Amino acid sequence: MVQSLDRLKESPSQTAGPYVHIGCTPNVCGIEGVFPRDLGAMMLQPETRGERIRIIGRVFDGVGIALKDALVEVWQADADGLYPSPQETRGKADPHFTGFGRSAGDMTSGEFTFDTIKPGAVPFKNSRPQAPHITLWIVARGINIGLHTRLYFGDEETANAADPILSRIEHRSRVPTLIAPRAMEDGRPTYRHDIVLQGEKETIFFDI
Amino acid sequence: MSAGSFYQRDRRWHPPALSPAYKTSVTRSPQRALVALDNTLSEMTGPVFGQETLGPLDDDMIRNFAKDGDPIGPRIIVHGRVLDEDARPVPGALIEVWQANAGGRYRHKKETYLAPLDPNFGGCGRTLSAEDGSYRFRTIMPGPYPWPNGPNDWRPAHIHFSIFGHGFAQRLITQMYFEGDPLIWKCPIVSTIPDRAAIERLIAPLDLANTVPMDARAYKFDIVLRGRRSTLFENRMEGN
Ligand SMILES: [Fe+3]
Repeated sequence: MVQSLDRLKESPSQTAGPYVHIGCTPNVCGIEGVFPRDLGAMMLQPETRGERIRIIGRVFDGVGIALKDALVEVWQADADGLYPSPQETRGKADPHFTGFGRSAGDMTSGEFTFDTIKPGAVPFKNSRPQAPHITLWIVARGINIGLHTRLYFGDEETANAADPILSRIEHRSRVPTLIAPRAMEDGRPTYRHDIVLQGEKETIFFDI
Repeated sequence: MSAGSFYQRDRRWHPPALSPAYKTSVTRSPQRALVALDNTLSEMTGPVFGQETLGPLDDDMIRNFAKDGDPIGPRIIVHGRVLDEDARPVPGALIEVWQANAGGRYRHKKETYLAPLDPNFGGCGRTLSAEDGSYRFRTIMPGPYPWPNGPNDWRPAHIHFSIFGHGFAQRLITQMYFEGDPLIWKCPIVSTIPDRAAIERLIAPLDLANTVPMDARAYKFDIVLRGRRSTLFENRMEGN
């Protein structure tokens, strides 16, 4: 016999179910007056530094239907690549930027939208830079454990080519599932980024 | 506050993405292997929510939607601690909860169950864990409800929990069940979890010692988030 490591096990995950919006974005689903505003509904303030961008996308299931009951969360660095977190030791992040966004998606189209800024580069382990990116987390009915993925920017070709995570992905044909093309829509730089849960064009999800 | 990378998630302990008895998972489960990603700052950091996030009634679902009286149903207190895998308290964790009313009905446009809405019950609440990881909120006991999966599937009474720890890698959504509910062992969503010991971790025991006499029963629900390595060794190995 050896000694026990005596470590606790993580609480097991369960699906967010069809009514995740009641708890996480109650105002969106008509429960008003409990919380003044939904968490993560507004990422920007007038003083926030950086280029204003919009991210739009949908989450598709294995038969190509857009989910209407998903919740998408984003977490990103500020324009200088700093995180507004106590674990950030490289400098002080923009006090006018939370880095966190949450979208219930449109109730009829399922389209999620984030108005945010383009993040700066964040270092990898050995201080090598990573290409600018946004971390996404997706839950919904039928998803038993939240899915982690990333959004990289289509106009950052050089940085993407040198990115230590993108360049390590074995199946090169799947890399584009992480890269959002840039276009001007309504006078604003917009990145279209659909997430495919299953099938031919399945998005890369990470075990982090 | 320790700030290293998180211990690897034990994927065999969690439900697999595909669990055919829970039918919706069939078309919503990724089929390719997850790509392993060593934690970077993007995963080790996460949003911070302070007390200013909360209103005075956010943790009181008996009062936070009430219009002209208390909601119908048994009054309960749910409390416990948020810990990490090394049994260290996780202070400042944001806990968001949602649930059906005492009749098993959710306040949601897409909800079609014939049980009535309760005009005094909204069904959402939130709170932050204290320095010692402890949290509590007050609510009414949710009812079980039927759902379209098999011809006669019923969800056991449950409260949905969403938890933010200190890193985005710790992000977790789960459900709390109530001790003694026979529906727990018949539920296809509960059964997505392969290990009975893991399921038992989601069943809150009745806590008579913390019950408020003549008022509300208490249930105790501890939550464990992923633990993290100390930064000391990690810095050394990184070397630069
Ligand atoms: Fe439920």
